[in-house]
Amino acid sequence: MIWAMDIAAPAILVRDLHKSYGDVHAVRGIDFDVARGEVFGLLGPNGAGKTTTVEVLEGYRERTSGIVSVLGHDPGSRPRALRERVGIVLQDSGTYRHATVRELVTHWAGFYPAPRDVDEVIDLAGLRESEDVLTRRLSGGQARRLDFALALIGDPELIFLDEPTTGFDPAARRAAWDTIRALAELGKTVLLTTHYLDEAQALCDRVAIIKDGRILAVGAPAQLGVGATSRYRVSWRDHDGSLVTRETDDPTALLHQLTSAALARGMGLTDLSVTRPSLEDVYLELTASGGAMEGEPAR
Amino acid sequence: MTSALALTWRQYRLERKMFWRNPSAAFFNFLLPLIFLSLFGAIFSGSQKNLDVIVPGIAGMSIMSTTFSALAMNMVFLREQGVLKRLRGTPLPSGAYLGGLAAHAVTNTVVQIAIVVGAGAAFFGVGMPKDWLELIVFTTAGVVCFASLGVALSHAIPNFDSAPAYVNAIFLPVIFISGVFYDAGNAPAFLRDIAEVLPLIHLIDGLSAAMVTGAPLADHVPDLAVVLVWAALGIFLAVRGFSWEARRG
Repeated sequence: MIWAMDIAAPAILVRDLHKSYGDVHAVRGIDFDVARGEVFGLLGPNGAGKTTTVEVLEGYRERTSGIVSVLGHDPGSRPRALRERVGIVLQDSGTYRHATVRELVTHWAGFYPAPRDVDEVIDLAGLRESEDVLTRRLSGGQARRLDFALALIGDPELIFLDEPTTGFDPAARRAAWDTIRALAELGKTVLLTTHYLDEAQALCDRVAIIKDGRILAVGAPAQLGVGATSRYRVSWRDHDGSLVTRETDDPTALLHQLTSAALARGMGLTDLSVTRPSLEDVYLELTASGGAMEGEPAR
Repeated sequence: MTSALALTWRQYRLERKMFWRNPSAAFFNFLLPLIFLSLFGAIFSGSQKNLDVIVPGIAGMSIMSTTFSALAMNMVFLREQGVLKRLRGTPLPSGAYLGGLAAHAVTNTVVQIAIVVGAGAAFFGVGMPKDWLELIVFTTAGVVCFASLGVALSHAIPNFDSAPAYVNAIFLPVIFISGVFYDAGNAPAFLRDIAEVLPLIHLIDGLSAAMVTGAPLADHVPDLAVVLVWAALGIFLAVRGFSWEARRG
């Protein structure tokens, strides 16, 4: 029974989390769950409270109030049993500069009760060619791969990735995305933060859009575009040649009108398109009008 | 299963390996006191009285440099680089990590004391230590005192670029007024008064008794007491101010 409950329970549960630093309210009451095996993204501009939220879940920061559960533990007390099951990629963290990649991954393996194979992790992180390079000689992209390798060596169930590709060139980003997808295929739960929309769209099963310490919307990237406030956007070229765009909740009726009018005139409808707002539209709308959205419930 | 002791040992081994791969750390922690010993030994080679002051003085300085200076700079570096924060997120127990780091510093101290003692006997006419127990007691007290003060100081240093300035602003004046290079009894009274409040002069007095004069430990209980009071203060400040990550901004 306990086993069954364990499977059903979310990997991460957050209820009414608040975190203040003195007078600064970095996180102002957020709620979300991350299911086991899910890739969940916290998406928002810089200073939105993403890192603070993740660092509370990682056990680096004490929350001011609220309920937080990570793999059934309270991360605030930093139990070792939890740290053995979690891998963390911080936004920016150094390591022993005079050790080689292989030495470090091997050393890190010793921290965990059931580590993965060192070679396997070096391959997974794409570090095979640089395994004997001193870490101080690694490029930025390679250093990030080492961050991944050190986070994965303990064979964690849950992986935190805080802005995993910030500052990467496009090729390095793709490589990091492939690694994250590989983690998802292994059944790992991933919580990542990002301020890149395409990253959230490409990787996440679900995304929470966060701004000023509040969650503005949660859902699958495709679903977020068709939330309550979202409409279909229909555009076409009018008989005088100008492009007309209209937003509607019911495109069927509008299209029917348009097409019958066009048929009646005996002229085709040119440049007709029906689009749903993309995640980008929703994100820009939500984060631009943060003030107006504040009163609305996030859940 | 990885016991805390085994993890401490692994961490210690890693620290040793990293230490020897970093030439500048090895130089400042290890060779500099030995260079001082040879230079001052050569300068004072005509006077056994002076050599008897220099050898325990350099021994005291070695304890301070391998623990106080090295740990203060090391902690600032590890904190600023995010190494401490990264380790904090692993199952490695804090005690195993800090234990490994401390054992590494103590190894440097022991090796240096051994070299200073050996050189004192072989080249500087000081002879073998007269009271080994006294030597061990004072070395241990000195290590605990200066290691904890070094960690405590690291909390006050804002970033690694300024760490050498902070450390040397304390280390250099303290070794000069504490009679590392001359008999502190010859210093002006106001400097002697300042030095008397600090632990190094008392550590050197104890080491001098153990290595040169053979005065029993019982005669140097007040010296030991001063070192231990500083050790208690150091431990209190080291633990109280401890942070795993750099301050922001």
